[in-house]
Amino acid sequence: MGFMDKLKNKFQKSEEEVEEVSAKYKDGMKKSRQTFSGKINDLIARYRKVDEEFFEELEEVLISADTGVATVMDLIDELKMEVKRQNIKDSEQMKEVISEKLVEIYYGDEDPKTEKLQLQTGQLSIILVVGVNGAGKTTSIGKLAHQLKSEGKQVILAAGDTFRAGAIEQLDIWGERAGVDVIKQTAGSDPAAVIYDGIKAAKSRKADVLICDTAGRLQNKVNLMNELAKVKRVIEREVPQAPHEVLLVLDATTGQNALNQAKTFAEATDVSGIVLTKLDGTAKGGIVLAIRNELQIPVKFVGLGEGMEDLQEFDAHAFVYGLFADMLEEDE
Amino acid sequence: MAFEGLADRLQSTIKKITGKGKVSEQDVKEMTREVRLALLEADVNYKVVKDLIKRIKERAVGQEVMDSLTPGQQVIKVVKDELTILMGGEQSKIAVADRGPTVIMMTGLQGAGKTTTSGKLANLLRKKHNRSPLLVACDVYRPAAIKQLETLGQQLDMPVFSMGTEADPVDIATKAIEKAKEEHHDYVIIDTAGRLHVDNELMEELQDIKAKVNPEEIYLVVDSMTGQDAVNVAESFNEQLDITGVVLTKLDGDTRGGAALSIKAVTDKPIKFAGMGEKLDELEAFHPDRMASRILGMGDVLSLIEKAQTNVDEKQAKELEEKMRTMSFTFDDFLEQMGQVKNMGPLEDLMSMIPGANKMKGLKNAQIDEKQITHVEAIIQSMTKKERQDPSLMNASRKKRIAKGSGTSVSQVNRLLKQFDEMKKMMKQMTNMQKGKKGKGMKFPFM
Repeated sequence: MGFMDKLKNKFQKSEEEVEEVSAKYKDGMKKSRQTFSGKINDLIARYRKVDEEFFEELEEVLISADTGVATVMDLIDELKMEVKRQNIKDSEQMKEVISEKLVEIYYGDEDPKTEKLQLQTGQLSIILVVGVNGAGKTTSIGKLAHQLKSEGKQVILAAGDTFRAGAIEQLDIWGERAGVDVIKQTAGSDPAAVIYDGIKAAKSRKADVLICDTAGRLQNKVNLMNELAKVKRVIEREVPQAPHEVLLVLDATTGQNALNQAKTFAEATDVSGIVLTKLDGTAKGGIVLAIRNELQIPVKFVGLGEGMEDLQEFDAHAFVYGLFADMLEEDE
Repeated sequence: MAFEGLADRLQSTIKKITGKGKVSEQDVKEMTREVRLALLEADVNYKVVKDLIKRIKERAVGQEVMDSLTPGQQVIKVVKDELTILMGGEQSKIAVADRGPTVIMMTGLQGAGKTTTSGKLANLLRKKHNRSPLLVACDVYRPAAIKQLETLGQQLDMPVFSMGTEADPVDIATKAIEKAKEEHHDYVIIDTAGRLHVDNELMEELQDIKAKVNPEEIYLVVDSMTGQDAVNVAESFNEQLDITGVVLTKLDGDTRGGAALSIKAVTDKPIKFAGMGEKLDELEAFHPDRMASRILGMGDVLSLIEKAQTNVDEKQAKELEEKMRTMSFTFDDFLEQMGQVKNMGPLEDLMSMIPGANKMKGLKNAQIDEKQITHVEAIIQSMTKKERQDPSLMNASRKKRIAKGSGTSVSQVNRLLKQFDEMKKMMKQMTNMQKGKKGKGMKFPFM
C-alpha cells in the first residue's frame, strides 16, 4: 500500500540485521521518538479537520524537534499544496503525507552510498575531524577508532587539539582503550605540525586510517577557521586526494546555529559528513533535516551513548523508522 | 542566510503601515508573525514564544504611534520590553556562606563547558572579589577531565583537589571541603561530570553530592547554542537539584542564544554569567537587556538609544547643534562631548552595538585606543581658556607649552588641531545636509 508499508517492507527484508540496528536506534532515540511521533499522533487525533490551526500546530511540532525554521516553512507550504492537490480533508490521511515529505527531505536525490564512510582500500585514508567546542570530537574519534580497529584496520590518531587543557591526554586514553597509536606533541604546539607528524607516522607504519583530532572552535572565529584550513592544506599536500573524509561533529542538542556551523565549517574544510552526537538525550536532532535539505551534507554517524560501542553508522532508514516507530506499530 | 534580525524581518511589514496613525489589529498580527519567526530562529522555545506573542499582541494593539518612533520601532520596543521583563535584571552576585567555605557546584550536560567555566569562575573570584577558591575535580568519568582541571589550575596558579578516577565523587567533594577548611579557602568550586538530564543514576549522584556538601550555589552550565531542548534540560536539572543560577557559555559565537530566554522562562532562575571566550578571564556578568537585543538580532541598538538618552542631556544637545551650525564649536564643547561619549561605556563596545558598523568603510577592524582619547583630553586641558575658544591663537610657543603640560609632543598637538579643524568643517557639511532633508534627523540603519 502506502509509504508506511513500503518502509515496513524495507525492514522485513533482512529482519535479523534490521532488528539489531533498529533496536539500537529505537533504544537510543526512545525519547526523541516518543515526543516527536507521539506529538504528531496526538495532533492528528485532536484535529479531525486539516485546517490552518492544524498546520500551525504541526509547525510547532516540527520546530520543537529543532528542524530548521526555513525547512519547516518550506515543508508546511509543500504540505498545504499537497492537501489541495489530493483534496485531503481528514487529518488521518495526513500521517502518510507528512512522513513521506519528511523522508523526501532526508533522502533527497542523493545516492545513499554517501552515508558510508569513504575509505581507500590498500592505501592510507585520512579522516579530519572538526567542530565547535564541546561537540564531542575527541570522544567520537575514540569510538570511531575502536570501530575501525575491530574491522581489522590499522588506525593511528593525531592529537591535533593542542589548545584545550587535557585534550591530548583525553585522546591518549581513548587510544589506549581502542588499542591504537596516538601521535602527539606537547600542548601549545602547532596543530599543523602534529598532523604532519601523524601523516609521516601513518605512512611509515603503513597504517590504513589516520584520524586527525582538532581543537574545538566557534565558527565565527576567523583566525581559528584559517588555522583549520591550513591543517587541511597540509594534509592535501602530503597525501593527494586526502583528506578522504572531513567529519563535522555536531551536538544533537544544538539549535538553529548548527546550520551556521555546517555552512562555515564546510566553507573552510569542505565537510563531507556529519557525526551527530548526544542523540541519547531528549534532543531530537531535527537539524539533520535542515542540514541535508539546505547544505546537502549527509550524516554518517550518530553518537548514542558514552560507551565505546555507542557510535552507530547513520542509517537513514533506521533513523526514520525510529522516528515513526510508534506510528507504524499503531497501524498494525 | 536564514538568520535575519527582527529589524530586517519587520522591514516589509513596516512599509505597509508607515503613515498610519494607529497600529491596527491586522498590522500587529502581521508583525507578530515576523516576531514569532525571529524568536524561533533564535532558538527560543516554541511554547515560550507562544506566551510571549500573546502578551505582545495585547500590549501592541490600539497603541497610538508615537511621534518619536516609527510603528516598526514601536513594535520592536514592545517586544524588547517584554523580553527584558522576562529575562529579569542583572544578577551576578555570588552567595556567601555564613560560616566555613562557600560551596559552588557546577552541573550540566556533556560539552557545555563546565570545567572551563569552573576555572574562569575561580579566576573571577580571586581577581574581582579577592577570594581564595579551591577547585575540585569530581568528573571521574570523562577521560582526562581531571587532568584538564589540573592544567587550568596550573595556568591560574590555583590549587586543585583531586583523588583520581577511582574515587567516588561524593567522597571527593566531602574531603575537598575538609581540606578547604584546613587551608582556609573561602570558596570551593566543584566540577562535576557532564551528564544527560535523563540519566537517573548520574542525576542521583548529583543529588547525593548536594545532600552531603550542602552547596550555597548550584550552577547549571548551558551551551548558548542549545536549541529547543534547552527547556527540558533546564527543567529537569532544576527539578532534581533546585539550581540557584545559570551560566551561559560560548556566547562569543554567532548564536542568537534564544536558549537563555527559554531557560529563564521555565526555571525562573537568574542567568548569572556568560562565557565570552576561551581565555580564563573571559567570564562576564550576564546582561539580560543585551541578550534581549541579541535574540531579536538587532545589535544592541536599543541599549544604545537608551544609553544615549540617559547620558546626553537634551538641552545640551540642542545647544551643540546650534554651535555646530554656526561653527562656534570650541574645544570646550569637544571636551564635553567626549565626556558624554565616554559615559556611555567603552568605545569599542559602543561601536559594536551599532548594527552595520562593521560594514562601514574604515570602521571595520578599527581599533579604538582609549589611551588616545586620554591624550586628547590632556592636550585640551592644557590649553588656556582663550585657546580653547579660539584655536587660531595657536603658535609655536603655545603648542610647546601645551605639549609639555599634557605630556605629549608638539606633533601630537598639531595633529589634534588639524583633526579639530576638519571635524568642524565636516560638522558644517552635516548640518547643511540635515537641513536639506528637513528635520528627518539621524536615522538608524535598520529602520
